[in-house]
Amino acid sequence: MDAAVMDADTRHKTIMTPENPFIMQQGTPKIVTRDVTVHYGDKQAIFPLDISIPDRAVSAFIGPSGCGKSTFLRCINRMNDTIPICRVGGRITIDGNDIYDPDLDVVQLRARVGMVFQKPNPFPKSILENVAYGPRIHGLAHSRTDIEEIVVKSLKRAGLFEEVKDRLDAPGTSLSGGQQQRLCIARAIAVNPEVILMDEPCSALDPIATARIEELIDELRENYCIVIVTHSMQQAARVSQLTAFFHLGTLVEVGDTEAIFTNPQERRTQDYIMGRFG
Amino acid sequence: MFIIVAVLVVLAFFYGKSRGSAFGNTEGRLHSLPYYHGYFVAIMVAIPLLIIAVLWPALSGAYIENQALSALPDDLMPANELARDAVMRDIRLLATGVITDPVRLSAYPEGVRSAGSVLANLQSISGWLQLVIAVPVGIASGFLATRKLSVKFRARNSVERIFLALLIACSAVAILTTVGIVFSVIFETLRFFTKVPVTEFVFGTQWSPQTALRADQVGSSGAFGAVPLFIGTTLVMLIAMCVAGPIGLFAAIYMAEYASPRARSIAKPVLEVLAGIPTVVFGFFAALSVAPLIRRWGEAIGLEVASESALAAGIVMGVMIIPFMSSLSDDVINAVPQSLRDGSYALGATRSETVKKVVLPAALPGIVSAFMLSVSRAVGETMIVVMAAGLAAHAVSWDLIETFNPLQAVTTVTVQIATLLVGDQEFDSAKTLSAFALGFVLFFFTLILNMIALHVVSRFKEQYD
Repeated sequence: MDAAVMDADTRHKTIMTPENPFIMQQGTPKIVTRDVTVHYGDKQAIFPLDISIPDRAVSAFIGPSGCGKSTFLRCINRMNDTIPICRVGGRITIDGNDIYDPDLDVVQLRARVGMVFQKPNPFPKSILENVAYGPRIHGLAHSRTDIEEIVVKSLKRAGLFEEVKDRLDAPGTSLSGGQQQRLCIARAIAVNPEVILMDEPCSALDPIATARIEELIDELRENYCIVIVTHSMQQAARVSQLTAFFHLGTLVEVGDTEAIFTNPQERRTQDYIMGRFG
Repeated sequence: MFIIVAVLVVLAFFYGKSRGSAFGNTEGRLHSLPYYHGYFVAIMVAIPLLIIAVLWPALSGAYIENQALSALPDDLMPANELARDAVMRDIRLLATGVITDPVRLSAYPEGVRSAGSVLANLQSISGWLQLVIAVPVGIASGFLATRKLSVKFRARNSVERIFLALLIACSAVAILTTVGIVFSVIFETLRFFTKVPVTEFVFGTQWSPQTALRADQVGSSGAFGAVPLFIGTTLVMLIAMCVAGPIGLFAAIYMAEYASPRARSIAKPVLEVLAGIPTVVFGFFAALSVAPLIRRWGEAIGLEVASESALAAGIVMGVMIIPFMSSLSDDVINAVPQSLRDGSYALGATRSETVKKVVLPAALPGIVSAFMLSVSRAVGETMIVVMAAGLAAHAVSWDLIETFNPLQAVTTVTVQIATLLVGDQEFDSAKTLSAFALGFVLFFFTLILNMIALHVVSRFKEQYD
């Protein structure tokens, strides 16, 4: 890791203090950002933001609507590139590699950093084709049997296989909301990413489907670096190990989830967690 | 007449309004706002006046003309229907009083002239009578309406009901017109089939719609085999769709997926201007520029090209349809939710992969229906083919290459309808009636295409809204 990144890490008092044993144990962070800013046209959405996100753990971004948490999440796989008026500044590294490096292929990046959206968005194709979409465009599998193997494996990991194994040819849109969201997770897993970004993955789901997804997130933690944006503080408390609180485009506080919820250092964090605003 | 009606209605409005306000001032808790009372009274005045204005001339006209006719002296009394019409025309002309020149006036017989003045008199009496009847009726109706006004009177609801009736009447006009056209076409078609057997029309390969005006005319036996027309129509339509389909679709993809807002804001209006060019202009462009060009090219590579060819008409028609096709496709492509594109990009797909594998499959039903609507436009288009495709129905044989040769002149269903009905016609010959049969085929075909297209579109919409 280069000096600049080390420097960025040490600036987070809440991460690097002894009160945050969890972060200290994680070793090298997976994603490190430094002075990241985002502008939409003339409006600044994110003010210089530094954070280190651990691997093989769930990090939750919480904060009131419009605080910039989704915008920041979309910087990590450069989804903001698709918005013409959006400009991203600063430096984001994954495993020490700058993802805004002009030499970097955004297609490769997005294969490494998968994303699950707020509303389930299965393609209007069969369940099998939905999952096979990623492997096909990245040339991960060629024969029909290879594809099927990947599809079955991904669906199993997403905990959906048992429910759909008899109807892999049915349209993805015919599933229930919760199943669709798990299908989207399977679709993201199928390209073998290292990081999975989830933008309020449960906000369109009922409590039972939500519990199912949360269980799944907890299982996936063992193999992936997961970043989840959520409006539900209970959800953040249930699934995450690291919590970051955003407000008005700035990162107010970040730290071990338990510490943030039991002993927040900042007044604003405390007010938000107590439900005084947001 | 109209000024008086307008004045009455306006007066009624203010009278009703003031009555309404008066209730509000004195008794409180008015159900409807005063101006609704005004509207109510005004409408109640206007309705009988309008009915009288519409029905009076229709009912009185025939009676007055009969009176004028009976004023003719016996020796001028017309003997038959035709003569009666001729005399009546003279009388009407004289009644208008536009002929003041005594020389021209004296050309008409004395009896006709006096009948003319009788008619003029009666007309002016009728006009006054109409006014004299209409004004009191309007006032009476308005008076009855004001009697109904009270604090509790639901003027607002009544006005709403009257507006509803008005709107229903307007849509009924549109629907009834359609139904009327359909039935008139169907009946004329049936009449045609009593003269020419259906089988000849549908399977016949000879089209020369000449019928004899006189029994002894040469070449008087017409042939009404519509197959050459169907082939011509299909050929031109296929060529047009080969041009408009891909170009329109790709233009739409560029507009919806790739174009920057700036490029879009320039390109889209330009395409729409193309859609606004009258088809006649396209027609002479096809006939004078494209057809000779194709002919020269054809000759350069040793092909025999007619100066009016299906190819020229088809290409220009395709160009005409491009904006139609592209703006319909653009709409359906834009209707594909952004979340699907995001999902695809997030998996590392490039733009073209996303368009090819996600956006187009999702928009396919809409694109198919856009295509079908374009086909029905191509089939119904007249001016371009009239000017650029020729008029002669060319021979049909089992030599398919020859039959479908796009370099020859062809004729289409629409062109034949146009030529059959141009100029003076007798409306009961097989020649003219065949136009209705062709129109029926055309109507039926486009109706089915449109129905399929709309059905597909509505199913597509259910999926995403």
